[in-house]
Amino acid sequence: MEFLSYLISGISLGSVYAIIALGYTMVYGIAKMLNFAHGDVIMVGGYVSFYATSALSSSLLGPDASMGAVAAGKIISILLAVLVCTVLGIIIERLAYKPLRSATSLAVLITAIGVSYFLQNAAQLLFGTAPKSFTPVVQNQLSLFGGQLNISYVSLLTVIACIIIMLALTAFTSKSKLGKAMRACSEDKGAAQLMGINVNRTISMTFAIGSALAAVAGVLLCSFSPTLMPTTGSMPGIKAFTAAVFGGIGSIPGAFLGGILLGIIESMAKAYISTQLANAIVFAVLIVVLLVRPAGLLGKYVPEKV
Amino acid sequence: MLKVNDINVYYGAIHAIKGVSFEVKDGEVVTLIGANGAGKSTILNTVSGLLHSATGSIEFLDKKLAGVPAHKIVEQGLAHVPEGRRVFLQMTVEENLEMGAYTQPKSTVAPGLEKVYEQFPRLKERRKQIAGTLSGGEQQMLAMGRALMSGPKLLMLDEPSMGLAPILVEQIFDIIRELHKTGTTILLVEQNAQMALSVADRGYVLETGKVVTSGTGQELLNDDAVQKAYLGG
Repeated sequence: MEFLSYLISGISLGSVYAIIALGYTMVYGIAKMLNFAHGDVIMVGGYVSFYATSALSSSLLGPDASMGAVAAGKIISILLAVLVCTVLGIIIERLAYKPLRSATSLAVLITAIGVSYFLQNAAQLLFGTAPKSFTPVVQNQLSLFGGQLNISYVSLLTVIACIIIMLALTAFTSKSKLGKAMRACSEDKGAAQLMGINVNRTISMTFAIGSALAAVAGVLLCSFSPTLMPTTGSMPGIKAFTAAVFGGIGSIPGAFLGGILLGIIESMAKAYISTQLANAIVFAVLIVVLLVRPAGLLGKYVPEKV
Repeated sequence: MLKVNDINVYYGAIHAIKGVSFEVKDGEVVTLIGANGAGKSTILNTVSGLLHSATGSIEFLDKKLAGVPAHKIVEQGLAHVPEGRRVFLQMTVEENLEMGAYTQPKSTVAPGLEKVYEQFPRLKERRKQIAGTLSGGEQQMLAMGRALMSGPKLLMLDEPSMGLAPILVEQIFDIIRELHKTGTTILLVEQNAQMALSVADRGYVLETGKVVTSGTGQELLNDDAVQKAYLGG
């Protein structure tokens, strides 16, 4: 029973990683760049949701608002976070990355790290360094087996959200016209242009989608560990990046699988080996996987014919 | 249909195209021939907007193309089959063809596919296959079919015979002849001068970024200098 509860907490933590990793992998897959500021967009999503919730509950809803009104307030705060992050993602791409479209990937990488620090410091300035305590989107837990196994509703919500997002993204990239255009851009931007695809706009859309996912991940992440700080997004961001590489960066099912596995490994390592060493173990597993499968678990290698 | 007037293209400090002018008229097959590095592909990439000329003008259907971004040029009816085919290797044959019709209204996709499958029955057999698994000849057919999906008025082909076995080269040129017969205007870039001149109405010979001779296909085939340089005669 104990094992089962660790497994479940691993899967739900992994689902958060997976949602973040999906954003990483979308942007990497299409724009061929590692957006290291992705984790900090998550933090912005957390703050937007935090301030929206407290503004709504103090002014509009009042202390004795009905359940329905509170739920509506939560949904509005999440949507607001998604909106702000989407716009933020588009602006970041436009100002920081677009001018570097033909620059070396190293220059783009350094810029992404710069954007990451910029967002963290801007958050310190705007929101202060003191941790905020975030109210989870849903409270309470599900008790099974006469209280032996408790699953929080946040965990359930996270896993469900993650599965829906993964399926929706898969359908989007394989079926929709824009999704297919994104795949075309990911393979060959020049040839995509010759098809009449506006590559800049497609990349911008990719950032919008990735950042919207980051906002959802931000709300869920802060529901798990309810302290919100300007650096909140950075460690989960790096872990989710690891998850994306682990699963095969650029691959949507890979990011999903990598995220879940990483969550389970982390949770098991914390439970049975050592809390302090958990992160080290997570990264050690990554190294071993990459030694055996350099393209990641589901990374594709398509031979090129000449 | 296409008028290229005095274009100069630079790669950094390298002056790749030095004042080239040529013209393609409605219904013609025009070929640019020349050795490796003569600037043939650079010219096509400039016409389709991937590269930019420092001077001169490019007019397509009496409209200037200067400053029009590459993705807008396709809409005007100019399709470019790039050197090395550059099909989307991780997408299926049918998805590649759909991308070719990206600028077209949705209703034209199904009839367009039917037409391309009629022209290239091999592609129909393989339509659910990932393009990376096709042979070189099939990829060339896919690249041509993909370009035709946009219903182009002018089709630019960059070295369609590159890396193909002689029998496939023959096949590709049969297709070019057929397209010509049905009224498609074609600008063909080739290293295989013999083949190119045999299908072309007119040709231009390029050397290190300049047009050195031009004439009808037959004239160039019989030209002594051309024979010496390109036809092993």
